[in-house]
Amino acid sequence: MSEFEPNIVCFACNWCTYAGADMAGTSKFQYPPNLKIVRVMCTGRVNPEFVLEALKKGADGVFIGGCHPPSDCHYVNGNLKARNRVQILKLLLTQLGVEPERLRLEWISASEGEEFSRKVREFVEELKRLGPNPLKESSTELSELE
Amino acid sequence: MSKLKVAVYWAAGCGGCDVGLLDVNEALLEVLKDIDIVFWPVAMDVKYKDLESLPNLDVAIVNGSIRNEENEHIVKLLRSKARTLVAFGSCACEGGTQGLANLGSKQDMLKTVYEETPTTGNPQAVKPSRVFKAPEGELYLPDILELNKPIESVAKVDYYVSGCPPPVKLILRLFQILTAGNAQGPKFYIGSDKSVCDECRRERVSKTVQSMNRLYRRALDPEKCFLEQGLLCMGPATRGGCGAKCVEANVPCGGCGGRLNVSDQGARMIGALGSILTTDEPISIGALEALKDPVGALYKYCFSSSLIGRGVRVGGGGR
Ligand code: SF4
Ligand code: SF4
Repeated sequence: MSEFEPNIVCFACNWCTYAGADMAGTSKFQYPPNLKIVRVMCTGRVNPEFVLEALKKGADGVFIGGCHPPSDCHYVNGNLKARNRVQILKLLLTQLGVEPERLRLEWISASEGEEFSRKVREFVEELKRLGPNPLKESSTELSELE
Repeated sequence: MSKLKVAVYWAAGCGGCDVGLLDVNEALLEVLKDIDIVFWPVAMDVKYKDLESLPNLDVAIVNGSIRNEENEHIVKLLRSKARTLVAFGSCACEGGTQGLANLGSKQDMLKTVYEETPTTGNPQAVKPSRVFKAPEGELYLPDILELNKPIESVAKVDYYVSGCPPPVKLILRLFQILTAGNAQGPKFYIGSDKSVCDECRRERVSKTVQSMNRLYRRALDPEKCFLEQGLLCMGPATRGGCGAKCVEANVPCGGCGGRLNVSDQGARMIGALGSILTTDEPISIGALEALKDPVGALYKYCFSSSLIGRGVRVGGGGR
């Protein structure tokens, strides 16, 4: 059996993490191809619906990357609002029975290409340990049920 | 103009919506000039065979959610007969409070209800069975479905009137629209297109708060926004039209008006909470006391119709 390859949706802020991912590319720091990056202007723009929708549609993990606190955020405190939202989302996921570790928030600046690739590798390893998103499994069984 | 033929059906609900209709009081007499209620189990002696033998209907008003086979069957029957189908109340529009049971499987729910609640004495763990043998013959009970669902999951809905129960003002507006025969666009919500906050008169100063506490922890200030007092109020994520009645009575909005232009009411509220909570420090779990039961707090009326809408155990073989 081939190893489980997690499917990750990444929301990266335009000013820091997206540029950091770019930096990883131009400096040839490799990271696993499990990640689909969606560029957003700010992590504060990551509506909690995006996270739930990604998980519902079968992502095994959601990675949100933004600018370092307290003051790197291009929009003052969008990253800090995202931090609050992620904390509440984790509580919600736990109650739903989804491991909260499937949602990860990291601060990665535009110059931290190596850090980006390291954080992504870490997340992929963690998700491999956790296995597939349990919502994915039960939804197939549920459609058979209905 | 001939009178509109209207059926009112009570699916899985508490009966409050039927009482809500009566709450219209003498205005109901005015309404009855234009409509003829031909089926209303809570108020008339009718049998399902009467409904089956009815020719077409103009309007079917359904309150309650789809919780068992019977609800599903009757709603589909009503849909096949009625020109206009109205989802009436939070249960019909969003699944209602009973949707919270979707966190566990049907077996989990039956176990809780028939074995585990402190007030249940059922040592033999007797559960409802689908067939009951009476001396007169066998009776069949409708099966409970695995998930509680809003009406739109089994039939196309023309009008939505949310609220638990819908406020009188909106009920009257519904009847006006129905009798005027105005065809509206798809998914027409009878309510406001703005949030409950828009109708709320409490003072807001855009301050941030350190924590979200449970209601009993704070002396309530009747003038200030609940959120800014550190108390969970679903106003920002909830469709208005109710006139913020609960807030006016010094109770935070619970969210019965349903989601507003988003796919997930709870997620919208998480968005709002992210902005109002302090950003100086990472927020601790202890500071989120009001969210100890996040689904119960953020999805009280709408869990069935939310994006994820169920616990992962559901359909996965139980606990
Ligand atoms: S919407 Fe509220 S009042 Fe109406 S049936 Fe459901 S619980 Fe009862
Ligand atoms: S959050 Fe509640 S109290 Fe505050 S403005 Fe909105 S409805 Fe009013």
